[in-house]
Amino acid sequence: MATTTLTPTAQSYRRSWVMEWLTTVDHKKIGILYIVNSFLFFFAAGILALLVRSELAVPGLQFLDYRTYNQAFTMHGTIMIFLFVVPVLSGFANYVVPLQLGAPDMAFPRINALSFWFLPLGGLLIFSGYLFGGAAAEGWTLYTPLSGGTYSTGVGTDLWLIGLLLVGTASILGSVNFIATIFKMRAPGMTLFRMPILVWTVLVTATLILLATPVLAAGMIALFIDRNYGGSFFDPNTGGNPILWQHLFWFFGHPEVYIVILPAMGVVSEILPVFTRRPLFGYRAFVFATIAIGLLSFSVWAHHMFTTGQVFLPFFSFMTALIAIPTGVKMFNWLATLWRGSIVFATPMLFALGFLSMFLIGGISGVMLSAPAVDFHLQDTYFVVAHLHYVFFGGSVFGVFAATYYWFPKMTGRRLNEPLGKVHFWMHFVGFNLAFFPQHILGIQGMPRRIADYSPDAGWTILNLVSTAGAFLIAASILPFLVNVIATFINGEKVGDDPWEGNTLEWATSSPPPPYNFDKLPPIRSERPVFDLRHKHDADHVAAADAMVSEGGPA
Amino acid sequence: MSANAPAIRASDDQLPISHREAGMPTPLVGMLLFIASEVMFFGGLFASYFNARAVHIGVWGPPEGAPELEILPIALPITIILVASSFTMQFGIWAIRRGDQRAMRNWTLLTLALGVTFLIGQIYDYTTLGFGISDGAFGTVFYTLTGFHGAHVFGGAVGLTILAARASQGQFSKQNHVAVEAISYYWHFVDVVWIALFSTLYFLR
Repeated sequence: MATTTLTPTAQSYRRSWVMEWLTTVDHKKIGILYIVNSFLFFFAAGILALLVRSELAVPGLQFLDYRTYNQAFTMHGTIMIFLFVVPVLSGFANYVVPLQLGAPDMAFPRINALSFWFLPLGGLLIFSGYLFGGAAAEGWTLYTPLSGGTYSTGVGTDLWLIGLLLVGTASILGSVNFIATIFKMRAPGMTLFRMPILVWTVLVTATLILLATPVLAAGMIALFIDRNYGGSFFDPNTGGNPILWQHLFWFFGHPEVYIVILPAMGVVSEILPVFTRRPLFGYRAFVFATIAIGLLSFSVWAHHMFTTGQVFLPFFSFMTALIAIPTGVKMFNWLATLWRGSIVFATPMLFALGFLSMFLIGGISGVMLSAPAVDFHLQDTYFVVAHLHYVFFGGSVFGVFAATYYWFPKMTGRRLNEPLGKVHFWMHFVGFNLAFFPQHILGIQGMPRRIADYSPDAGWTILNLVSTAGAFLIAASILPFLVNVIATFINGEKVGDDPWEGNTLEWATSSPPPPYNFDKLPPIRSERPVFDLRHKHDADHVAAADAMVSEGGPA
Repeated sequence: MSANAPAIRASDDQLPISHREAGMPTPLVGMLLFIASEVMFFGGLFASYFNARAVHIGVWGPPEGAPELEILPIALPITIILVASSFTMQFGIWAIRRGDQRAMRNWTLLTLALGVTFLIGQIYDYTTLGFGISDGAFGTVFYTLTGFHGAHVFGGAVGLTILAARASQGQFSKQNHVAVEAISYYWHFVDVVWIALFSTLYFLR
């Protein structure tokens, strides 16, 4: 067991367990609250996905009517994106980033708590539509005029707008906090180019949230005014323009894709070097590629709107295809890191490798869709559904599980059971591909997304059945995961402060860390200060040998 | 994998954790970042305005039957009042930078009075316009943009009230007045938004 003599010893004062968690401003506790809250919404939205897949398993309407079906896929998409993937990654960032910077906390701890508590409130408001005559049912993109007052009369959509405004406010405040923390709270010696890659990806992500989310907020407020105060932003009958909603939504919505994927890329870039025993290949290239993706993300939104006939196709097509370049740089960074590494196939590494392979498929189908000629055929088909799940699920969610297995020992002092973790991974991996790969083919065959029923003569039955079976396999894979988390939390293997032999500063304090994180920090001379500390004497030998050679010593 | 790992030994060259305060204070960084997000929020609203204008058929302006928008007697005077309040805010900043807390509080109260006058003027203006938020695209964008700007003035007024109250209790000094600086950034920002909004609504015809 690796123990560090950096382990802090001071104690915090005691108060009741419930009060502690309700009123905490400690970034580590808030991070755990984020993660637990996000997983609860993940399970709820996962059940909605199973409803959708069960309905589609065979032709005919089995047990949902059109209305409930529309609500199910709308709420599934909304909750998964806004209340699971984004906040769970924020949760890990909340926990890890201050530790990796050698900081005692976030820059604004109380604002940090505020941004967390908006999330369950916003999520419950969105869900509460079910109590008041039905939740929003226009798809997670809420396109006008379908979501306007004429065609959507229930309060479910209004609650969706209010809840999401709260969630968006939480994201904006959180990103202010992250950026201020990263620029103002770094430990002495930690220059920008010695920051761990995760911190870089969180910095770019927070910038995207800061600049993209307010535009969606403006759009949502406009839609709320249209629906409730007789406004005419999106109603063509009174001089509005329904396409404006798509512009406002996707001006946020496309950066959102990178908001969701960049932190997961950061997680994978933390895990690969640790489990290959090599530094990340091309650190600076990776940083610049991340910044390039962030910049490009603001000039590609209209590729979601090719078929509206209202956007300049060559520009948005070209800019979209351009994103493949920095993404490709990263892919080669990762491959070159693996090359000749001493690879350890622990569960975090398996999920990281799952990320690489699945995200690659999602990236390639994305480049296919960037060509308008292809996109015109595939718009609103299951091909798009497959693509977005390979990016969001195959990419981000694999990254989320990699992060869970990787940092669980830091959060609890106990390592998740490895055999159970591997069972989880393989069920998850196989289930994921069974569920979503056939949807590529269904989409090319012309199956539209968001339909509750299809003809038995369409020839889509077998692939739909396979997809549904895959969805249930994914759901089943959550069982070993849950058993693992609960059993480990109660009585798991205690593994000390640095079970993986990590590189970054979170491994230089105790597990779990004390409220103020560090008593002392190792010297920070590279992006791997803990590696440097562990191999200090190796470095001394190398330096001594170099000195002897340069002085013409023994050959 | 950890079982055989060598123990990490800390040595004397470990640095103590220190809190450096170099460059801009963290609260000001936070305020500037928040203002950046506000710029994008108003960017979305302005985009909606120009979109509505671009798809509009006929003369762009208040709906049929309502009087034309005029900068007198209300819009121009309250604009001058709001611009003046940016100056009084800045005089307050210069006062506290000299350490003169009493002057800073008085300038802040004057700024607050000017801001509240602006809001009263705006609400009075609303009652005289003769059209509402549901009267076509112009009504919708006019009330949404000016309304959200007004809400931001109100938020700034709350901040100014807190500043004045804290100054009355002697909480600021020459060295310690970062809240005053932060609120002043916000107040100047709200002022700049109004100048852009006023020019767009009244001059870009």
